[in-house]
Amino acid sequence: MNKDPIIEVENLTTRYGDTTILEKVSFQVHRGEMFMILGGSGCGKSTLLKHIIGLLNPYSGRIIVNGTDITAAGEDELRQLQKAIGVLFQADALFGSMTLFENIALPLSEYTDLSPEMIDRIVKMKLALVNLAGYENHMPAELSGGMRKRAGLARAMALDPLLLFFDEPWAGLDPVTAAELDILIRSINDAMRTTMVIVTQELASIFGIAQRVIMLDKSARGIIAEGEPKELKEHSGDPRVNNFFNRKA
Amino acid sequence: MIAPPVQEKEFSLRIEEREPGDMTLFIFGRIAIDELNQFTAEVKSILDNKTLQKLEVNLGGVTYLDSAGALALFQIEEGHATRSVPVTFHDVTDEIKGILNLLDQKAHQIPPLAPMRKAPNILEQVGEAARLVLNDFYQVVSFIGELLIALVHSVLKPRSLRWNDVLFYMKSAGADGLPIVGLISLLMGLIMAFMSSLQLRQFGANIYVASLVAIAMVKELGPIMTAILVAGRSGSAFAAEIGTMIVNDEVNALKTMGFEPIRFLAVPKVLAAVFVVPLLTIYADFFAILGGLVVGVVGLDLTAYTYIQQTRNSIQVFDIVSSLIKSVVFAVLIAGIGCQRGFQVRGGAESVGTSTTSAVVSAIFLIIVADSAFAIILHYIK
Repeated sequence: MNKDPIIEVENLTTRYGDTTILEKVSFQVHRGEMFMILGGSGCGKSTLLKHIIGLLNPYSGRIIVNGTDITAAGEDELRQLQKAIGVLFQADALFGSMTLFENIALPLSEYTDLSPEMIDRIVKMKLALVNLAGYENHMPAELSGGMRKRAGLARAMALDPLLLFFDEPWAGLDPVTAAELDILIRSINDAMRTTMVIVTQELASIFGIAQRVIMLDKSARGIIAEGEPKELKEHSGDPRVNNFFNRKA
Repeated sequence: MIAPPVQEKEFSLRIEEREPGDMTLFIFGRIAIDELNQFTAEVKSILDNKTLQKLEVNLGGVTYLDSAGALALFQIEEGHATRSVPVTFHDVTDEIKGILNLLDQKAHQIPPLAPMRKAPNILEQVGEAARLVLNDFYQVVSFIGELLIALVHSVLKPRSLRWNDVLFYMKSAGADGLPIVGLISLLMGLIMAFMSSLQLRQFGANIYVASLVAIAMVKELGPIMTAILVAGRSGSAFAAEIGTMIVNDEVNALKTMGFEPIRFLAVPKVLAAVFVVPLLTIYADFFAILGGLVVGVVGLDLTAYTYIQQTRNSIQVFDIVSSLIKSVVFAVLIAGIGCQRGFQVRGGAESVGTSTTSAVVSAIFLIIVADSAFAIILHYIK
């Protein structure tokens, strides 16, 4: 594993109004890594993700993504950076008024000067990659939840990002579909070496594909464990971590 | 490791001819989506004027390849395959092999499962529109029936009604609308008086400005303007509120708890509108007359007393009562259609937007239709 960090979070403190969600959180994500952010409901996982992708501004601290300090970056710098990242939102966030083809072609036609034929090939290749070959003329509403997730992934990958972020990708999927998504995410990470940051609480997938995780806790307002999931399951002395990984109340 | 440092943005190409017609193309650096056009153009210009029998592509120097870059490699292969020139890739690292294997080179040949959506022809459009109008008519009629039953039930058993909700909607549709209704009516009164004074002054008929403002406002414009404002402010809000509740399954939750959604959600809104719209109408009339008064006193040298006397002489009790009845009918139409459009929402957030628009448009349409009917009926009653 290359230890070259692609994301560095330093002393991040986040607040909603007067409520502090995270306090002085620091960690790194390495290039090419499959990294997961875990924790119970309301611990600030999604908040942390929104900060890293630049949707929210921190109260204090620094976040460096691919060499750019996004807490100090201007609009243009941030936009440049956002072209290098892809995000799959929990509710897939496909544009409901566009076909799958148009959804995936949108970033390609906006951000590149590729010819329509080339865009056509790239879109169809991306659809085939997520096992949706032939679905280009479908509307998002005509697809099942698992298919929409995969279409969302294809759109997130349209510009071949260095970094892919997932917010609860397995939420609402049946076990078989979830396992298929695991395999897909794993194969993309293996082949393309895309760094992946996944916010989740899905134990099966955590043990299945995560290389390194951090676990957040609501009362600690920060990271209470960091490492490989199997390691944490068996050797963590912290009862909160133990309960989470062993699914105990 | 393929992941590129961003600054390393270049690729370079070199061609070597080992034997006549047998060439090797060396590719170095980064082949990625942002330089794809440039890359394909350079490859084309290097290879186009060569007579080839065999082409080897050496990828040993490639430091980064993304899926768009892989597509460019596929295209080199395909372009030469049509000319029966075999293309082979050499010095392919495991990483590049991984990407090439992950991607489906023939993906673009897979036929779509659904045909491309094309705009329907004029006949289809007319048919679809007719179907929608009929369907809409059916739904509105059945909603009116349900609403009437629920209203009668509420009148017979007033304690079953959620009076707190009624008060809440009276505040949001009525009290909160006072500033905008007042302002617009005042300005309308001013404009009407000013414009008519320009004409009437020529005949020395200044005093009739008061009659014109009073009659126009009380008989027609007061009820209509108020109703249109309420439709825009509250009819749309009713549709959006109920529509969002449908999207969030809240209406289904009400049904499973044994509540009738129409009685629970629509009746308080309709009753609140019935109570406040007539009051708003009188308020609007008052402000418009005030606007006219200002013009009369400042611009036409009338005294306030004569202006008010003339106003009183111009309007009859019948006019005020009929305008109040009108505004009650408008209130039922606005709130009713707002709720009905809300209950019509199916699917997601997009549908809420459509139904909100439709609530306002339909309400305004119904207001005008009802007003035309009133004009005829009142003419014969009087």
